Amino acid sequence: MAAESKTVSSLAETGERACWSCGAPRAAQFCSACGKVQPPQSVDCFTFFGLPRKLNIDVTHLQREFYQLSRKLHPDLYGQTSKREQEWSLEQSSLLNDAYRTLKDPIKRTEYLLGLEGVELEEQSKKATETARDSGEIKKQVVPPDLLEEVFELNMQLEELRMNRKMGEDDPALIRELQAHKTEFEKKFEVLTQELKQYWDQWDRVVDVDQEEKRRQVRDKMVDVLNRRNYIRNLVRDVNEALGS
Amino acid sequence: MSNHRIVGIDLGTTNSLVAFMQGDVPVVISGDDGLNLVPSVVALDENDQIIVGNAARKYLIETPERAVYSIKRLMGRGIEDIREELKLFPFRLAEDLQPGEVLRIKLGDKTFTPPEISAFILRQLKRNAERFFAAPVTQAVITVPAYFNDAQRQATKDAGRIAGLEVLRLVNEPTAASLAYGLDQKQNGILAVYDLGGGTFDISILKLHDGIFEVMATNGDTHLGGDDIDNLLITIALDDIQGDLGLDVRRNGEIVQTIRKAVIETKIALSSQPSAKLDIELPGGKRYQREITRQQFEDLIRPILDRTIAPCKQAMKDAGVTPKQIEEVVLVGGSTRIPTVRALVREMFRREPHTDLNPDEVVAVGAAVQAHILSGGSEVTQNMLLLDVTPLSLGIEVAGGVTDKIILRNSTVPASSTQHYTTQIDGQVNVAVHVLQGERELAKDCRSLARFDLKGIPPMPAGLPRIEVKFLIDANGILHVSAREQRSGKEAEIDVQPSYGLTDEQVESMILESFDSAEEDFRQRQVIEARNEAETILSALEKSKKSPAWGQLANGERKQIAKLEKALQEVKPQDDYQKIRRAIDALNQGTMRLAELMMDTAVTTALKGKTMEQVDMGESPETGHPVAKADFE
Repeated sequence: MAAESKTVSSLAETGERACWSCGAPRAAQFCSACGKVQPPQSVDCFTFFGLPRKLNIDVTHLQREFYQLSRKLHPDLYGQTSKREQEWSLEQSSLLNDAYRTLKDPIKRTEYLLGLEGVELEEQSKKATETARDSGEIKKQVVPPDLLEEVFELNMQLEELRMNRKMGEDDPALIRELQAHKTEFEKKFEVLTQELKQYWDQWDRVVDVDQEEKRRQVRDKMVDVLNRRNYIRNLVRDVNEALGS
Repeated sequence: MSNHRIVGIDLGTTNSLVAFMQGDVPVVISGDDGLNLVPSVVALDENDQIIVGNAARKYLIETPERAVYSIKRLMGRGIEDIREELKLFPFRLAEDLQPGEVLRIKLGDKTFTPPEISAFILRQLKRNAERFFAAPVTQAVITVPAYFNDAQRQATKDAGRIAGLEVLRLVNEPTAASLAYGLDQKQNGILAVYDLGGGTFDISILKLHDGIFEVMATNGDTHLGGDDIDNLLITIALDDIQGDLGLDVRRNGEIVQTIRKAVIETKIALSSQPSAKLDIELPGGKRYQREITRQQFEDLIRPILDRTIAPCKQAMKDAGVTPKQIEEVVLVGGSTRIPTVRALVREMFRREPHTDLNPDEVVAVGAAVQAHILSGGSEVTQNMLLLDVTPLSLGIEVAGGVTDKIILRNSTVPASSTQHYTTQIDGQVNVAVHVLQGERELAKDCRSLARFDLKGIPPMPAGLPRIEVKFLIDANGILHVSAREQRSGKEAEIDVQPSYGLTDEQVESMILESFDSAEEDFRQRQVIEARNEAETILSALEKSKKSPAWGQLANGERKQIAKLEKALQEVKPQDDYQKIRRAIDALNQGTMRLAELMMDTAVTTALKGKTMEQVDMGESPETGHPVAKADFE
């Protein structure tokens, strides 16, 4: 039950309230005294699990917490209760599932945290998407400058491949080149992932010491790496589609 | 027995079942024909009475225009979805069907929507359960294919309501099967459930962890199953008949149904025999005969079975597992009895599949387990908790006809997403939203779930209103939408127009019709059963008056029994089954000592060297003991 008490202590930070049913001071999602589900509060995914806004998370521990909270909040457990409690359990467990889904994947977790920090990632930004669509254009992504040359070449080759396909021709040499390019990009993708991991460690350290300037620096670096990483991921996806694999 | 008689129902394409957890043991409840499987066939007899199950099967051949099977294929679908089905199935659509209207199927001169036809099947199962409990059943857990979309789920829920059942939960079939599996195999690890039934295919990959059944990924095809194999064989037979015998019997419903029956028998035979014979009598004294070897059969159906491979691979990919990590593959659904299906599974997952469970019953048993959990559970189910996922991504249409995915497939449910909308014109008071389900990029390629208008937005300059819309998929996989204008704090009004499906009012009117008669049916059956029982007891009492035990009773006791006997005789012809039951109970109580005395006499007589048969026990084995208290509840 160590996990539960942890949730309680984190709640103390977000403001403790009394249980609607038994009046005891309680945890966010359910009462630690009588176990009843509580009306949902709007909190971020980290707070929901009683975690600080850090990027290194022990996923095994998170899964254990998720299972324990599921055993308290899932609608199946409220089949015989009042309508109000059923609704709360439905909302609470949807929040739990949403939060777990967001945090268990390190990339989603990073993107989410950057969102909390007020950053709109290029790819995620719905505004950018909609502006592009309203103007009738395909959304443009800024090509990272160091990739400019390679991307240009790759796009030429993809175009050539599509033309070939249309004419019903096959060019094994071109396919080999594309595959080589793809491998190149996959390596870069891996390098960027490793780079991102280093920033997670840096971020977790600056969060503790509360240095505004340093915090912004790490944040911006992560945004840059993530944008490039997403860009390469899309490129690899395009090549895969073109190669039909 | 607890007050919560929540039953578990497997509403299948070909067969349906109802099951219940009796204490810690799941039992499948049989019908009055003694069979567990209720064929999902509905017919209208010559008096326009609804006939369901085995009794309805003969109508498929005798009066095919008054019978329907595989209705599950039409649940939650629109007319434009079912062109393929119409080629292969003898569904007769109502002629006056309007575009956008829910499908209506003709049975004789009447028309019914697919949820109503499913409701007839559910009502039959409900009755079977009521006979089992000798009490009304009003709550159920119903299973659906994991890959069912929102409309198909909603249609199933509607069918439950029409049948007079409160559907407490829709459970995905492979997940239900995993619950049944988990009930006797308490181990942790990764499990795959390969479910090939009569009309649908599902693959689910689950993580079992100390009683938590967490679905990692699910995939499937809601139009792939044994039906497709049957239709393939029917097509071949019809072609043969035309080619070899010069007969076109395609339009002859009776013959087509005869062929269907024959090919199903052949298919089943080929699972245990190396070859089987088709032998069909045709009009004009002709005969169609053909020998099919298992090898030929396997080659024929291979393309159908191969359609299960891509969903399996996708599910493994989505779950992030390789075949090596999967510890067990459970087979579910009648079609997994086919040896080549097993071979395919073996090949794909590189292990011997688990075939200990009855593939026809395991889903219903799982539904009963879930029903038990919902009613509070017991020691065996205490730790069991199901965490299922939504099979399809939920999206909304944005500018340019593109789908913006807001809840991705394989997200654990309940799941939610909050979206913000604003206006584009000054003073605009409505915003239109189009909700979609599916994986494709363009809205037109996804399934349209609903369109709705956010109404009652306070007039403001363009872009100023901020409308928060919450999309929530509940544990049944069904979408709920709510909206709020944040600047005014006003709840925005939502008028959801389901793209496919019945409105609440329509369902309501259907319930009233059938629910009333269901209650009346139940009452009538209870009266008949109570009268039969009264009859049994009274005649047993009559006989026991001739036994020596009768003489051993005190005068007052005999008088008291006579009084109770008279009371029962008086209420027996009345229509109040509860009164009859009370009188039966009273007489049972009153004859308790008589029964004891008779038992003693019997024992003493037996000890004196007489056989039991020679002693008049005042009853014959068929009529039952006079004091055998009706063992209900």
